[in-house]
Amino acid sequence: MLELRDIDAGYDGFQALFGVSMQVAAGEAVAVIGANGAGKTTLLRVISGLLPASAGEMNMESVSLRAIAPHRIVEAGIAHVPEGRRLFPRLSVESNLKMGAFAPAARARFAERLDYVYSLFPRLKERRAQLAGTMSGGEQQMCAIARALMSGPKLVLLDEPSMGLAPVIVHQVFDLVRRMRAEGYTVLVVEQNVSQVLKIVDRAYLLEVGRIKTSGPAAELLASDEIRKAYMGL
Amino acid sequence: MDCHLDIFFLEAVLNGILLAGLLALLALGLNLIFGVIDVVWICYAELVMVGMYGIHHAYKAGVPFPVAALIGIVLIALAGAALHHLVIRPVLDSAPINQLLVTGGVLFLLQAAATMAFGIDFKNLGIRLGSLGFAGMSFSWSRVITFVVALASMLALWLFLSRTYIGTAIRAIAQDRQIMPLMGVDSRRVYLITSAIGGGLAGLAAALMVLQYDIYPQIGLQFGPLIFMICVLGGLGNMLGGFIAAFIIGQFIAIGGSCMATEWGYATAFLFFMVAIFIRPQGLFAAKS
Ligand SMILES: Nc1ncnc2c1ncn2[C@@H]1O[C@H](COP(=O)(O)OP(=O)(O)O)[C@@H](O)[C@H]1O
Ligand SMILES: [Mg+2]
Repeated sequence: MLELRDIDAGYDGFQALFGVSMQVAAGEAVAVIGANGAGKTTLLRVISGLLPASAGEMNMESVSLRAIAPHRIVEAGIAHVPEGRRLFPRLSVESNLKMGAFAPAARARFAERLDYVYSLFPRLKERRAQLAGTMSGGEQQMCAIARALMSGPKLVLLDEPSMGLAPVIVHQVFDLVRRMRAEGYTVLVVEQNVSQVLKIVDRAYLLEVGRIKTSGPAAELLASDEIRKAYMGL
Repeated sequence: MDCHLDIFFLEAVLNGILLAGLLALLALGLNLIFGVIDVVWICYAELVMVGMYGIHHAYKAGVPFPVAALIGIVLIALAGAALHHLVIRPVLDSAPINQLLVTGGVLFLLQAAATMAFGIDFKNLGIRLGSLGFAGMSFSWSRVITFVVALASMLALWLFLSRTYIGTAIRAIAQDRQIMPLMGVDSRRVYLITSAIGGGLAGLAAALMVLQYDIYPQIGLQFGPLIFMICVLGGLGNMLGGFIAAFIIGQFIAIGGSCMATEWGYATAFLFFMVAIFIRPQGLFAAKS
């Protein structure tokens, strides 16, 4: 479904990604793990068009992502739940969801998808008129995911969905990712919470200072001594 | 000082409210632009001035007033979009001082161009609408109409911003610019539309002002500082704050002007502004957090 080949990217003068290649097949859940500053967020930003790649190829199904404008990438079926959630704090929950359905094709199906995300997250329905910034962290994460689903994506990019949440809530968020798979979404998730994320994905890539160090089935990485030592503190 | 709680005082209060409607409309356009694009159009009142001349010329050429007003609104909406495209967009990432300087440059350009094109004489449409007598008081119809139209258009804008997709995007972009592409929003298009709306509001204000005021190239200097003061008092970029501030300032101008002399009305308004801003530098109504 998604394929990256030899992607370079960076921030004026500073290169953050070096020749990154990866694939995500339809229906898969894939994790990108790595230390703070490894380039995980940068990678997701490149895929969703927030940051232009400086070299390489990137395709979503038959669409070349580097050839289209950043705001069209969502129409190619990619929704990005950014690091730190990034809701519009002074818009209501429902207005936030409306923004998720801004693309023309999504607008036509707004009512239907609103019912759908409210059925996934009944809490959001209760809070539909509340300002998004006034909700708890866990509720905000639900809202951020719901907003992404409003575009009707095939692939959902999740950047550290558990960041800043209480341990109980972290559990719920990982459950949520599992449920998204069950709903048929393809998921690419970035996490520092390595031991937990490897339990809910099929495969994972390990990113180190902007390069893919290893990749493989989640169970294999979970059993690898090297990874257990470096990223799970075991 | 000559002030009593009599019918003239009440008339001044009501006239202050009528004036505030127009001031609120003027402040709204500027606040919308600042809130969304983060740029202050120093030349906002000059856009109004150009709109007034445009409407004046259309009307004098025989176009019925409502059509002339519509022409003025469309003209200034296009001018707003052009201002953004040609002047603001190139300096969008520059220091705020540069942005002030370029729109300041447009201010002088428009004033100079208007002086050369139209001369320095006061122009008037010559439409006389008469007065509305009410409980022994009298209010000019032009002020009453201005008030009603200004309020109705602000209500319409509010509905637009809260109900439509593009309106929601306009509110959202002010809160988080960077992630707009993730929503499928082309920020450049939202900026252009916002600029056209801001211009359209200036054009509408022009259409209302030609019913009350003489037109001259420097009329922007009469209204510009007042508009900025209201916006800052209400919290720059805070549309609701600007609306309330307009009504406060309207009362200072009207009551001060009625109790003392017209000039004193403006002076007391600015005095109040200076004290208020000293106490609350962020404006009376905390701007966006
Ligand atoms: N906006 C930015 N400007 C400059 N450098 C950045 C920016 N964002 C991230 N970086 C740098 O890019 C590298 C990768 O960052 P990031 O992708 O955020 O890492 P991760 O998400 O894995 O923690 C880091 O060295 C970081 O300092
Ligand atoms: Mg990160």
